[in-house]
Amino acid sequence: MLDSSFYAKTDEILSKYPAQERSLIPIIHEIQETWNYIPVELLSYVADKIGITETKAYSVASFYERFSFEAKGKYIIRVCDGTACHVRQSVPVLERLRSDLGLSEKKHTTDDMLFTVETVSCLGACGLAPAMMVNDTVHPAMTPDKATALIKELKEEAANS
Amino acid sequence: MGIMKIDGYPVEFTDEPNILSVIRKAGIDLPTLCYHSELSIYGACRLCNVEDDRGRVFASCSERPRDGMNIKTNTPRLVHYRRMIIELLLASHDRDCTSCVKSGDCDLQKLAHRLGVASVSYPAHKGEHPIDFSSPSIIRNPNKCILCGDCVRVCEGLQGVNAIDFTRRGTYATVAPAFDKALAKTDCVNCGQCRVVCPTGAISINTNIRPVWEALSDPNVKVFAQVAPAVRVAVSQAFGGERGENVMGKIVAALHRLGFDEVYDTTFGADMTILEESKEFLEIFEKGGPFPLLTSCCPAWVSFCEKRWPEFVPNISTSYSPIQMLGSVAREYFADPAKNEGKKILSVGIMPCTAKKAEILRENLKRDGKQNVDYVLTTEELITMIKRAGIQFDRLESEAADMPFGMGSGGGVIFGNSGGVMEAALRTLCEGPERSAIEELRHSGVRGPGPLREFIFHYKGNEIKAAVVSGLAEADRLLRAIKSGEKFFHFVEVMACRRGCIMGGGQPTHAGVRTKEARKRGLYDSDVNTQIKKSNENPTALSIYQTLIKGREHELLHSHSH
Ligand code: SF4
Ligand code: SF4
Ligand code: SF4
Ligand code: FES
Ligand code: FES
Repeated sequence: MLDSSFYAKTDEILSKYPAQERSLIPIIHEIQETWNYIPVELLSYVADKIGITETKAYSVASFYERFSFEAKGKYIIRVCDGTACHVRQSVPVLERLRSDLGLSEKKHTTDDMLFTVETVSCLGACGLAPAMMVNDTVHPAMTPDKATALIKELKEEAANS
Repeated sequence: MGIMKIDGYPVEFTDEPNILSVIRKAGIDLPTLCYHSELSIYGACRLCNVEDDRGRVFASCSERPRDGMNIKTNTPRLVHYRRMIIELLLASHDRDCTSCVKSGDCDLQKLAHRLGVASVSYPAHKGEHPIDFSSPSIIRNPNKCILCGDCVRVCEGLQGVNAIDFTRRGTYATVAPAFDKALAKTDCVNCGQCRVVCPTGAISINTNIRPVWEALSDPNVKVFAQVAPAVRVAVSQAFGGERGENVMGKIVAALHRLGFDEVYDTTFGADMTILEESKEFLEIFEKGGPFPLLTSCCPAWVSFCEKRWPEFVPNISTSYSPIQMLGSVAREYFADPAKNEGKKILSVGIMPCTAKKAEILRENLKRDGKQNVDYVLTTEELITMIKRAGIQFDRLESEAADMPFGMGSGGGVIFGNSGGVMEAALRTLCEGPERSAIEELRHSGVRGPGPLREFIFHYKGNEIKAAVVSGLAEADRLLRAIKSGEKFFHFVEVMACRRGCIMGGGQPTHAGVRTKEARKRGLYDSDVNTQIKKSNENPTALSIYQTLIKGREHELLHSHSH
């Protein structure tokens, strides 16, 4: 169960849109913006409020890679695995990040909710390959060692904030 | 209206909704994997592609026939396309046909043979998705799914449930419940209609053949079966017989050979249901409400009502469904040591229905914590058992069902058709010269095409407003109209499956229009050939009220809370 503040905030978002199937995407977009992911309970809640089944809501939402149903860490690291980055050794970077953080192909987020590591198909920064993003910042020409250093830096930043 | 040419031959068309129907009318079996006449058009598989005289290739299921069209169905280009489509589907399919339940009845397999797909130039795909065994009724194996969407459209469009849908996209796309939940955790009502339309083994019946077979070979267990009305008109075709033929006598013979000690007729249970339900109705009618009384014999409907319309749950009749009636009464009967001979008793229902597999597990239908029926086998499973045992069904001599629960009225046997429960119930209220009253009821509107029928029945100078509905999406619309006050009824029969149990989720698949019609006729004809028409005149049913269940009707024949 989510605590009531989640539902209060969701009601606030819901009140901005007509209770129709068409409102689903903008509503869940705002939910994702708010919590960085869409808690499953809230998707069902929204579906019910706008009069569609939970199945339909999930069908629509899961179509878009951007929507996530898993809670994500404070720092979301997206490692590019597009063609350009792949040939310029993005995989070793990814592997180093995962081993430093104890993550894997199945486990994307650290237990302390600090880091999420994902792959994406192309960041649109092929000239800077291999590239990755941490939240909204692009980090060009990555190497495994640069990745380790960056993690260390982010951990310190989090500890001090 | 008009004339078009198909492969050079002129073909007339009238109100066919698409070119595909005209082609099929012309006697050409164009392959399809995503077309069902009762569902919305999806146009995804592209197997029904045809070519016109300008060389344009298009899906014939999605285009209207026009006068003067010139259509080709079998050009080298089309043949090449079709084969390629099947190859692509097979590429991402768990191709282990030999051990697949659907083998021999699978559209994908049949088409691969028919179109001459000799090899697939892609590596075989291993099962990656977990198989969902959570439902007592159906098994979902997404590794066999070709994403045709038929199940999605049935579940949403016809049943109004939407328990499953497309999820994700691209190579990750699957048909699944929300969040990949287990089907048993969704609003699924176990109707099995998704399984009926699934062209592959991706949705199959959750079978109980094994435990029943074990019991049959155990000398310390007495096993009895009851056979539902709709089963008897859906078996014949599997053994080369006529579609829709009533082969109850042969089914009884086959079950005896399989080792069932006693074989009873659920029609008897249907008569008991009517006896109780019509009493219940009269009580409510005289009291003046609450209306409408809703029938209770379809478990998929009951489950739908509980999940989507809890406010109408108190309106559902408390009378047991036919299978529960017979199960409960037979349990009493076999409690007698003279009858059970010191053996364990196993009670099996042979049903057209996947939802009955779930119904027998319901807590509110147990007595002293024990189920009234131990296992439900569907018509499909019965056919499988007969085949597996090597019984040559077509050569069997008919046998009569066993007493004391082997006899039913004509009213009981038409239960398998949409409208049958209502007709049987109202028969018991018919007044005046019997034959003409029954005949009049028959033409009152209770029978007929269409998923919803509304009609009026006259009873002692009063009007009984009645409705018969099949398909849950249709029932949903009806309940909405009742709730808003737009419509009013005293008595409503609901069946989850369009046309009723003859089209249940456990029946043999690939039933076209003619088979559907023949199954319906088969049951109505059985009624015609039965001397006793009314449930309240079934002598064996009446006699047990004086003996076996005397004074215990409420305990033995009614559920205690929904
Ligand atoms: S059994 Fe019926 S309700 Fe359940 S998924 Fe299939 S069609 Fe939908
Ligand atoms: S489960 Fe069957 S009916 Fe549903 S999409 Fe897959 S293949 Fe088609
Ligand atoms: S209509 Fe008949 S076969 Fe279909 S779910 Fe209901 S009881 Fe079962
Ligand atoms: S391939 Fe990595 S940014 Fe385009
Ligand atoms: S049947 Fe026409 S596209 Fe599938």
